[in-house]
Order: sequence, then C-alpha cells, then structure tokens
Amino acid sequence: MGSILRFRKLCYAKRLNIQSYESKKFDKKNDGIVSSSEAVMEELKKRKLRKQPQGWRCIDSCCWAIGHLCTAWWLLLFFYHILPTNLPGLQVPESPGQKLRREGQTALHPVVLVPGIVTGGLELWEGRPCAEGLFRKRLWGGSFAEIFKRPICWLEHLSLDNETGLDPPGIRIRAVPGLVAADYFAPGYFVWAILIENLAKIGYEEKNMYMAAYDWRLSFQNAEIRDKSLSRLKSKIELMYETNGYKKVVVVPHSMGVIYFLHFLKWVESPPPFGGGGGPGWCAKHIKAVMNIGPTFLGVPKTVSNILSSEAKDVAFLRSMAPGVFDSEILRLQTLEHVMRVFRTWDSVISLLPKGGETIWGNLDWSPEDHCGCDFANIKASGTNSSDFKTNNSDAKCSFQLKERVKYGRIISFGKIAAELPSSQLPTLSFKEFLLKKKANSFCGEVWTEYDELSRESIREVADNKAYTAETLLNLIRHLAPKMMQRAEDHFSHGIANDLDDPKYAHYKYWSNPLETKLPNAPDMEIYCLYGVGIPTERSYIYKISPSDRCKSIPYRIDGSADGTHNGCLKNGVYFVDGDESVPVISAGFMCAKAWRGKTRFNPSGMATFNREYHHKPPSSLLEGRGLESGAHVDIMGNVGLIEDVLRVAAGATGEELGGDRIHSDVVRMSDRINLRLVSLLVTIGDVISLLVIISGAGEQGRVCHPLTNGSGSRHHLAMTSNAAVARC
Amino acid sequence: MSLLRRRKNSEPGKGSSESSEATFLDEASIKEKDRGRVEKSQRKEQAKNKKWSCVDSCCWSVGWICSIWWFLLFFYNAMPASIPQYVTEAITGPLPDPPGVKLQKEGLKAKHPVVFIPGIVTGGLELWEGHQCAEGLFRKRLWGGNFGEVYKRPLCWVEHMSLDNVTGLDPPGIRVRPVSGLVAADYFAPGYFVWAVLIANLARIGYEGKTMYMAAYDWRISFQNTEVRDLTLSRMKSNIELMVATNGGNKVIVIPHSMGALYFLHFMKWVEAPSPMGGGGGSDWCSKHVKAVMNIGAPFLGVPKAVSGLFSAEAKDIAVARAIAPAVLDKDVFGLQTLQHVMRMTRTWDTTMSMIPKGGDTIWGDIDWSPEDDYDCSINKQKNNDTHTGDQNGKGFKGGVDLVRKKVHYGRIISFGKDVAKMHSSKIERMDFRGAIKGNNLANTSCQDVWTEYHDMGIEGIKAVADYKVFTTGSILDLLNYVAPKMMKRGDAHFSHGISDNLDDPKYAHYKYWSNPLETKLPNAPEMEIFSLYGVGIPTERAYIYKSTPATDCYIPFQIDTSADGGYKESCLKGGVYSVDGDETVPALSAGFMSAKGELRAVPIYNTLIGDLVS
Repeated sequence: MGSILRFRKLCYAKRLNIQSYESKKFDKKNDGIVSSSEAVMEELKKRKLRKQPQGWRCIDSCCWAIGHLCTAWWLLLFFYHILPTNLPGLQVPESPGQKLRREGQTALHPVVLVPGIVTGGLELWEGRPCAEGLFRKRLWGGSFAEIFKRPICWLEHLSLDNETGLDPPGIRIRAVPGLVAADYFAPGYFVWAILIENLAKIGYEEKNMYMAAYDWRLSFQNAEIRDKSLSRLKSKIELMYETNGYKKVVVVPHSMGVIYFLHFLKWVESPPPFGGGGGPGWCAKHIKAVMNIGPTFLGVPKTVSNILSSEAKDVAFLRSMAPGVFDSEILRLQTLEHVMRVFRTWDSVISLLPKGGETIWGNLDWSPEDHCGCDFANIKASGTNSSDFKTNNSDAKCSFQLKERVKYGRIISFGKIAAELPSSQLPTLSFKEFLLKKKANSFCGEVWTEYDELSRESIREVADNKAYTAETLLNLIRHLAPKMMQRAEDHFSHGIANDLDDPKYAHYKYWSNPLETKLPNAPDMEIYCLYGVGIPTERSYIYKISPSDRCKSIPYRIDGSADGTHNGCLKNGVYFVDGDESVPVISAGFMCAKAWRGKTRFNPSGMATFNREYHHKPPSSLLEGRGLESGAHVDIMGNVGLIEDVLRVAAGATGEELGGDRIHSDVVRMSDRINLRLVSLLVTIGDVISLLVIISGAGEQGRVCHPLTNGSGSRHHLAMTSNAAVARC
Repeated sequence: MSLLRRRKNSEPGKGSSESSEATFLDEASIKEKDRGRVEKSQRKEQAKNKKWSCVDSCCWSVGWICSIWWFLLFFYNAMPASIPQYVTEAITGPLPDPPGVKLQKEGLKAKHPVVFIPGIVTGGLELWEGHQCAEGLFRKRLWGGNFGEVYKRPLCWVEHMSLDNVTGLDPPGIRVRPVSGLVAADYFAPGYFVWAVLIANLARIGYEGKTMYMAAYDWRISFQNTEVRDLTLSRMKSNIELMVATNGGNKVIVIPHSMGALYFLHFMKWVEAPSPMGGGGGSDWCSKHVKAVMNIGAPFLGVPKAVSGLFSAEAKDIAVARAIAPAVLDKDVFGLQTLQHVMRMTRTWDTTMSMIPKGGDTIWGDIDWSPEDDYDCSINKQKNNDTHTGDQNGKGFKGGVDLVRKKVHYGRIISFGKDVAKMHSSKIERMDFRGAIKGNNLANTSCQDVWTEYHDMGIEGIKAVADYKVFTTGSILDLLNYVAPKMMKRGDAHFSHGISDNLDDPKYAHYKYWSNPLETKLPNAPEMEIFSLYGVGIPTERAYIYKSTPATDCYIPFQIDTSADGGYKESCLKGGVYSVDGDETVPALSAGFMSAKGELRAVPIYNTLIGDLVS
C-alpha cells in the first residue's frame, strides 16, 4: 500500500516537470504574444508549482472510480456476511419439512431420486488436449465457464459419436454421482436441493436417500452398457431395502427420469443379458410408490422443434444461457448449427418425441385438447380436491367454447394457412415422392448437419406437404435426419402396441414407451403423476422456410410472425395448450388418469394411480425466489404442496390418505376423448363373441355379461369398447 | 454511480482552465478577461483539490490494486493451461511422465475395480441437521474444504463436531455425516490433495466412476458404529459386490490409507461374520471379492502420537485443528481456552483410541528395551545410500556413532522429565498411581463451561500420575484409564490393544478385536495379497518427555516439555519428543511390522493361510 502511494506521488512529480517544460517551449515559440502575457504566465506557473498539479488523467479517474466500487462492494459483502442468517423482520414461512416434523412424521421408506434431462451434471474423465486441466471438472452444470472460454472444445466434448451414440474416441464424459449431481443445476438455480433439504428435516440422510444420476445424453440401455447405471440403481435399491428394515423404496423421478425409470422397471425384471435378472416379483418386493414429477410419458412436442431447427426454449438450455451468442452467423460462428449437430448426437432426445401417434396427439382435424379456449392461465385454482373423479365436470373449466377449433393435431404446419385449412384441402402426404435427391458435395465448412445432405428441392417438397401430425412427423424426421433416427430407433419406439403379449415387446426399445409396455405385476405399488398446470405450453408449430439460400443453414424456422386471434392460442408461430411450460397436460396426465387407471391392458395388476395437479401461481414477491407454488416444469420442485405430498408418502402415507386425485385441469375430459383400447385383445375378442352370442339370442344374458365385466376389470372401460354389449346387460 | 457523476461534473472545470490557458497565449489583448477566468478556474481547482483527500487517495490505490489484480486474473485465465508446463520444462528439462501416462503408454488398462478407504481427518464431513447457530449450513462441509466456519463461529463448530460423550454417537439434534463419493477425500482443503493425484493417474489408464469407489466413512466414530449409524460397512460390501459383478467378475483392489487400514481390517472380519453383528457374507467372501489390499502408511500397531494427542491434545496430526489456527490455539488468548475445547472435542471421537499403540511392551518395548534402540537419528541425512535392512538388523556399521551416544529408551513413551528418560531403570523411583485417590473436583472453580475430565482428577490425582515417572505402552492404557475414565470406557467397548494368546478363543468373535491385527486372523483367502506401502526417512514421533504444568485450575495439567533437547545436533530428542524413522506420523515399526514379520516369518498363527505375501 505504502509503495503504491509513493509511486503515485512520483507520477505527479513527473507530470509536473513535463508540463512546465512544455509551457517553456511554448513560450519560445510565441515569443511576441507571450511577452505581454508573461506576468500572467508566471502567475500560472507559480500556481502550478504551488499547488497540486492537475494530475487528473483518465486512468486516474478510472482507478478512483474502480476503487470506490470495490470498496463499496467489499463493505456490502462484509455486512452481508455479518448479517444474521434470519433477520428478525423477515418471517420465513414454515417449510413443509418442519411442518411434518412437528406432526411427528419421520423417515420411513428410503427415497430414490431420478433426475431428468439436462439437469444432471456431467464431468470430464478423459479429453482431448484442448480440455487440459479440466479433469473431473463439470462441463455441464455448475458455472458453464468453459462455454465462454473454449466453446468449440466444449461442444466437441459434449457431443457423442454419430454412429454409435456412445463416447467419441478419446473422450470420456461421465455423470457426476451423488446428491450433488442435480441438487443445483447452476449456482443458485435449484433443482432437487429444496426437496432434499425438506427430506433431511424429517430424518433422511445418505443412507436412505439416493440420487440415481445417469448420463442423460445416452439412450437408457446404453447408460447400462457403458456406465452400469441401471445395475447400480438396482443394487442401491436392494441395499436400501435390506438395511432400512425391509421398507420398500419410494422413487421420485422427474421429467425424462420418469421414462428412464419406466425402462428400469422393465429392465430389472427381464432376464439377463438385456435385463437385470431380478425376476418377476422384484418391483412388487422393492417399490412402494413411484412419484413422477412433471412426467413426460407421451413425449414433449417441444422436442420436435428442437430437432427440426433447435429452436425451443427449455431443452436447448444452451440458447438461454447466452442468447446473444446464438444468433446465427454472428461472428460467423454458426452457433445454432453447432448446437444442432451436438444435440442430434444425443439419443435420449428421441425418447421425448410425441408417442402414440394420432390416437393420442390428434390427427389433421381432431385433437383431444381442441374443445376449449386457451386462457387456462386465468382459470381459478378452484381447488377441486375431489375424489369424485368421474363426475368431475370439466365444462366449467372451459371458459367458453370456440367457434372454430384449433387444430392442435397438426404439430408442424408450413404456413399459417396450412394450420387452419380443413383437411380435405391439404395436399396428401406421401414420402415416396421424396426421392433421395442428395445434394452434390457442396460442403462449405466443418459444420455438418444432416441438412447439408438434402437438396433444396427436397427441402421445398417437405414444406409443400404443409401439415404433419404426430405420426407423419416421424416420417418427416426420418427423412430429414436419417442417420440420427436410424441410430435412435434401435433404442426407442413411439407407437401403440396392438397386442402387448407379442414377444417382440420383450425388446428393450419398447421399455420406455408406456403405450408399448405393461407395468410390472405389483398390485400394491402406487403410481403418482404430479405435475403443474396453468402455464401455456408449446403444443404445435407454424414453420416457414428460412429465407436465405446460404449453405449450411438450417432450412426451416418457426414463423415468428404468425399470431392468431384464437384467444391467444397462437403466439409467435406456436400454439399453446395447458401444461407446465414444457410438458402438456395430456402427456403428463393421461397415463395416470386413464390408460393405467384400474385394471387395463397396460396395467394388468391394477396398481393404483393418482393424478395430483398443482396450479401455477407466480411468485408474489422477490423474496419467494422462484415461487413456493410454482407449477413450472423445474420450479415445481420447490412447490410446497408437492414437497409435502412426497414427504408424506415417504413417511408412509398412501395415495388415499393424501386425498386421492387433485385435479385442476381438463385432463379427464381430454382423456375421455382419446379413443384408446384399454382391455387386452383377448378380452375384446371375447366381447365380440359374446356380442354375437347375445345377438343370436342363444345365451343367457346374465351369465355372459358377468364374467365379462369381471374379466376386463372395469365396467367403465368395457363400456367404451363394446357399448352395445353392456347396453344389453 | 452518483459518485461517478459528481466526478464528471468536476471535469468541465478542469477543461475550461486548460482552454483558458490556450486563449490567453494567443490573444494578449483580452488579458484582463482571462485573468478573471484564470482566477475563476483557479478557485474551482482549489475547491476540487480540497476534495482530493485521504479518502480519495485510498480509493485511488484500491482501484489501482483492483484493476491490476483483475488484469492478472484475466491473463491467468486466458493463458492456455499448458504454459506453466512449458515454463517448467524450459527450466528443468522435460518432466518425467506421471505414472498414469507412463503405464498408459505401456498399454496397461483398467481391470480390477479399485476401492479407496480414506484415513482419519482426511475425509470431509457435512452437516445434515444442526442447532440454531448452524443455520444455513445444510449440506455444507464442516470438516474439509476451507474451514470457513472455524473462524466465523468457532464455538458452534466445536459443538457440532463433537460427539456424545457417553454413547460416542450424535448428540441430540445434530447430524454430521461423511461426504460421499470421490469428492469426500480427493482434496482435504483446496489445493491440498489427498487422493486426487492417485485418482487422476488411475483415470489415465481407464478408470472412472463405475470402477472406482471411495468408501467414505465418518472417521470420528468407532468402526462398528459407522455400520450401526450410517450402514457404511453394508454399503461398502454392496458396492464391492456390485463392482465385481459388473466388471466381469474381476476382484477388487483395496487401497486403504492411514487409519483406513484398520477400518478395512475391521471390514474383512465384519463381512464374514454372521449377522446381526457382522455382514453375513460367508467365510469365503474376501477370497471371492478381494484381490489385494495395498495399505498406505498403515498404523497397524498404533501411533505414539495418539497418546500425546489424547493426553494433552498436543500432537500435530490428530489435532489438525491446531495446525489450522495455531495462533488462536495459544492458551488463554482471549480467554477462550481453545486447547481445552479441542481436547474435549477430540476425546469424544472414538477412533482416536484405535490408534493407541497396540501390542504393549512386546511390540513397543519396555522400560529398558525397544526394537528401535539402535536407530540412528541422523538417518535422514544419509542419502539413501544403503539398504536399510543392514542397520535395522543392528549389526552396526554405525557403531562408531553409537559409542558416543547412549541408547535411547524408546520404550518409555512418556517420561516425566528428561533425566528420567535417560536414567537406568533401576534408579527410577516410581509411585504407583493406579490406586491413588482422586482429589477434589476442580471443576467447581471458575473454569467456565469448558469441561475436560481432568477436572475430576484433582491435584492429588495429577500428582500421582507425575510421580509414576515413566510409562511404557503397557502402562499407557492404565494411565489413560486413570485420567480419562469415561472416554476409555467408551473406547474399550470398541477397541482392544492387546496381543492374543489363542486366536481361537471364542471371545475374539467380538467386534472390538477386529481392528487389532494382533488379535484377529486374516480371512481365509490364500490368493489375496497384502501390501504395506509406507514412507521412511522422516523423523517420526515415538516417545515424549512431559512436565506438569505450573497448575492453575483450568489448564490441561500436563504438557510436553519442549525445553528438553538432546544437546547435540544429531540427537533423537528434539523439543521434548524422541523421533524414529517413519513417515512423519507412523513409525516404520507400526506400518511395516505386520507384513514384515507378523505374517511372513516369525509367528505362524498370524499367518494361517495366506500364501504369497509381498511386502
């Protein structure tokens, strides 16, 4: 400090000399004029010598200002640290953990947390020379400092091999293990931290809580092949079950973790080498409940836009991290193309494409959500904690019926007109027309996306086909990105099973699709769907061809200019429905609300399912942070209602004790509008036979009808498949 | 911001003064007017210069420092990571490859999964539930990391790090748990590596999370209690089984460090013992799952340092707390009685008792004899020019030096007074302390809330201890029993320090014998290998010279007599401590004896079935 001050004095002295010297020189030059003003000059010089010189330069003032800022900052920091952690004025609301603890609830069932896509941290174990010094540092999660420091290197390390979907040679990126894997995504941005803290309040610690972190870029089966993630999960569950007094575990998966765990449920009971060899009773023995948070059972429409043009908000967190940088062609970096290239090497993305085709997501004319308006954000959280699930009259929730229904079924339409035309006027789709007109080698650089291999005509032809539903969409993507789909479709399937007993469904690629697998035989197990509602959620898109003919650009983009009058259903080229900002209600709630409810062919043992919805309430003040009652896809992890539910189940409560269903949205009516066969083929054939029997009048009606209804489990579902038969009964 | 604006406002003043200067030179005719302007600007500047006060120069210099700091930081960050290596290579020539790279070039690949077992103090501990004073520290490290809380709230910290004095488990309302995963002990504090270098080298030849496991445990509580409270042993068993199963049936290699070696010894007995006390793995679990145990710096037979640590909280390693803040720990600074706090805290940790020298006088020597008698203390000055076996056998080619020096009585681990340490045994007058009556309770006096068991002893008790003059390993246990009965009672339930006569005695099925290599058999696993890897060539604490403190009530009544020096340069006695060869903490005797002798040559009962041992 002292030396610096001295240095500063020295500076002044120097400046002084120079200035006086300069003025002398000046004197000589303008001798005549100066002579008259000599007295004044003299005075001036004297003044200069007498006092501090005007030594203020820009640097000095900069230093001065920085000094002020620094000091102020330190002072503030100091006071902040001195501050007692709980100010007397601020009354922190009681957390659910404290509340339950006061009620005397304690840790009972071990808890397994399964994080979703992008929220888990990834760290480097082996890298190229450009990543030196990053051994066991996080490349994903944490501060993301490396994006800015060495962006190309970073992208190279995060992408997977384009052919195998595994590590590229010489690079090993692995999931961070333990609770730290996904407690905070970035500093201050919690994911699981709040839930963990509340669990700890009622007595959980590492011996009865496990974070099943996995590399979320890989397909689920590859996570087992490369990292043994599924085996480790199995071993952990068995260990916790045995060491905690043979209490079954409660599993809490989030987002994509939901279908990862669905995959696990099938994997663990299947025989090796593809499965875990746990035997048919494994799930019934070890698992009490699966509490799916924000489940993506039937896929997320957002994925489509991500794959087509890497343009959605959530999954491409990359973009939101640095929005400015990602505008294409800034600095000629082609960031968006880079991102797309990396993104397309991740198999797990394909698992999030909409599943169930037109039956679930709607066809050109019809969709399950099209019967009411779009201002669901204003629907009052009327708190229908109703157990009267069937009689729930959802009409009240549609603020008004629309004259013209939104055609949500067209997930991608090229141009606003195509989104609204009646289906008869749309050109018919046939991908046979798309010949493989490969573009000649017009490679313009190192950035390679599969779009480069498509010719301009082919790109245009795709757009001429105007509108795509969930089913034709898959063909579209297969056409546009053949290699990616070829790789990924070995691991994922998106259809609906006709006959679940078909031996082909033993293949692992069906295990993560709830419409192509049966739930395990575990009648005591419970399945919860916990999700937020009341936030507009992307459902379908209006696309256009990008204007420029440049090489290497992504040829399509969302038509941001398309705004609708449909009470806000259409905004900036995106149609919205009710959901949690990422996952539409239909994907999150349908399986629990209908397809698994009661004894169905998807749920042969009839395990109980519960829909628990949390109506979104934006944070009322800054102090609440991301909201105590948020319904958004990730922020819901801090929702007090949800945390309380999870804690209660972990402490031993059943779904009935929680209060059964809790529904705010329109999920029941939507589900009813979906025409999905829920009884197995065998039973349906039985129906037809009995129908024939009834019609021919040969049988005794009562005796035919009764076994039937018992066999299919639920009178209600049977009613839908064979109305006539039941009507006769 | 407002400051900045103000500053700008003052700028025009300066500007006008300069311009006035210029006009003035050009046109002499408006001299008068200029004069007026000059006056004006002069006044302005005067006003400004008044503002330029001490505060401003402070700000200026702070700003200067800040910006320089930022620049350096920026350059440091912008610098490619390889530059430091270039620089060092330019200076010292090409560096040798780290072992991982070398072996990678030789084509070695990861085969056997690896299990790390950290030792005492090196593992991180984090808070899961705490009292009011520890709010906001949920899942933050209390031990390991930067130890920020030691300075911020020392009493709170000591309170949370202590265990219950009676049970040796958590005090009510406090849960401090080990950090799990590799991060538990890769770095002890930022920049102070423990396992990180080994991990990095293993990663070079292909190891990663699925083939490496850090068996972190709460090193404060006794080994069996880690299982009772945290299920740590079960988790280790399950993880080893999993790694063997998922890595093509290749057995694991276990690498325990320091106290971890005892912990794993305990584990090997535990896992084969029947439940509920054991893990129920069956008698061939170890041979099925473990290929080799590579003990690093293993204190198999205990560490003399543990004695001084327990006795007066004065050793270096166990009370790392001291090393972290030496100034604060000076007695009675601020009247805080830090040392007493530390002693109270460390005495609640059961594991410190696992490190008390084991095997009694047989191993550590009696009043006249000790295995290291003829050790040459100047050994660290000889540049490893000879094989150590030569001088350990005692056929002294250093005989010349030995003539000058008298034999050191290492066996007397604690002696009161330097002369006592050197005296011939027949001349020492000893008063037996065991029966001595403890005096009045001193704690009634003004010792505040710091409580150590010394307060129960009273002056008579203290005097009785000092009168016994010399303690060998055998009597050390009695001494500790005398001065700290509660602690030893707790510890005796979990650890034992003797030598067994007959290992088949059914009493040895109790878990308290499992971590004492002299009272357990190794598992029946002929193919398993046991390595003892330890450093030598550093003077290591072996025996102490104590004195009674000029007693006022609240002090710890005994202290190492740091004034006791050997008197010549190469003496073994320095600062009241006799040293022998070792790795600074563990004497070579403790680290190497079990492999060198206990299992290879002499006593066949310890070597029941192990075939090929490498040491």
